[in-house]
Amino acid sequence: MLWVLYDRVLRITPETADDPDRDRFLLSKGHAVAGYYAVLAAKGFLPDHWLDDQGGPDSRLGDHPDRLLVPGVEIGSGSLGHGLGLGVGTALGLRAQGRTDPRVYVLLGDAELDEGSNHEAIAYAGATGLVNLTAIVLDNRSASHGWPGGAASRFTVNGWTAATVDGRDHDALHTALTGHDPHRPHVVVAVVTDGEQP
Amino acid sequence: MRETFIDTMTGLLAEDPRTAVVLADISAASFAPAARRHPDRVLNVGIREQLLIGVAGGLALTGLRPVAHSYAPFLIERAYEQIKLDLDHQGAEAVLVGIGASYDRAEAGRTHLSPADVALIDSLHGWTVHVPGHPGEVAPLLRAAVAADSSAYLRLSTQRNTRAYPGGGDLRVVRDAGPGATLLVAVGPVLDAALAAVADLPVTVAYTHRPRPFDVAGLRALAGTEVVLVEPYLAGTSARVVSEALADRPHRLLSLGVGRAELRRYGTAEDHTRWHGLDAAGLRRSVDSFLGELSAVS
Repeated sequence: MLWVLYDRVLRITPETADDPDRDRFLLSKGHAVAGYYAVLAAKGFLPDHWLDDQGGPDSRLGDHPDRLLVPGVEIGSGSLGHGLGLGVGTALGLRAQGRTDPRVYVLLGDAELDEGSNHEAIAYAGATGLVNLTAIVLDNRSASHGWPGGAASRFTVNGWTAATVDGRDHDALHTALTGHDPHRPHVVVAVVTDGEQP
Repeated sequence: MRETFIDTMTGLLAEDPRTAVVLADISAASFAPAARRHPDRVLNVGIREQLLIGVAGGLALTGLRPVAHSYAPFLIERAYEQIKLDLDHQGAEAVLVGIGASYDRAEAGRTHLSPADVALIDSLHGWTVHVPGHPGEVAPLLRAAVAADSSAYLRLSTQRNTRAYPGGGDLRVVRDAGPGATLLVAVGPVLDAALAAVADLPVTVAYTHRPRPFDVAGLRALAGTEVVLVEPYLAGTSARVVSEALADRPHRLLSLGVGRAELRRYGTAEDHTRWHGLDAAGLRRSVDSFLGELSAVS
């Protein structure tokens, strides 16, 4: 998912990391840093050797990302349920400034959807037709009580468009991530459970 | 104060395209005219206080200056983790404007009381806290807070003094009892009661609407060996600051404010002021006891 985003979807480079018209990627499930840091290094946002000292006393790379320490990181995260609210605010801020081109992508986990703060953001974004927002749910079936009907139903009932795809199929992910509706927020549910089809 | 805030904020929205107001239904009707003029910068998220602060954080990350407003217990207590993480941890600054204070709507019960809000904000770093004591102080404080680039909390209340003391928030001597006199520091709307309480005592009374950052230099200049602190929120909230400021000199400190115990009583704000000993008679009893202890020792 992260590679497809940074390699094929997000319009952002180390040179445009502060461009107000860049796309934003917000990692809400902040514990997923290993792949995140690796992708950022591969794309030139941070030097490779930083990866060798994650969590060290002089390292900029913690077990959760800090936007003030790591180039290219849009939000500090770790406590679950914060990224989507910040993403809604970011999308609203871009809209208020007439920046209609950039898009905001927020990556969450299916268990993270347990946090009620996500429901606040999902309901509001759907009700107000926040068109420049895409949520991505990495669904590895880790929510203790599951989501009957699939994680996407939490979004579609609130007016979002949704695509549920195989989380390891790069082309399917690309199609889902770029297939958003011009009038509604969009969610991509990427199912990654071994041996289970979406 | 609430009406002054709405009027002033409505003006700021027109003057400064950087500003945005985020609401959680509270005061939404009053901001409706502004929302019609600035639909992308007056945002009512509904009764969703976590999102209220999350949205403020996101707006700030795009370069806007958000002002988030709601009832104090919902704005500060319910959304505290969002204040800590979606604002502070992100390096995203906002202005929070609360109403309700410690017990403005005492008849509504514990759910609508917020005596600990300033203490919660005080657990964070670098915040400015304003506790105006009169509606006439609100507009300049709001304008200054919005113009600044740091985070601020404006704690509005229906409790008020008879006159306004605008200004930056440094300690302002309202009654001078001369060098060495006991110093009473009154924060926000407790000033009138404090003045009445010590009217016939040799006590200097100083006022501030800005408990954070506290005017440490002013305190050191005014304080003798006895200091009485009267705050309209949780008792002792600023005791740490006063103690640190006077750590190099012998002193005694009496910290008065709203008690920690849940009273489980309704009534009016005036009733609660009396029950917490913050009316003139209650303050006088506390000050007499404090100074009486001094007489007994000497």
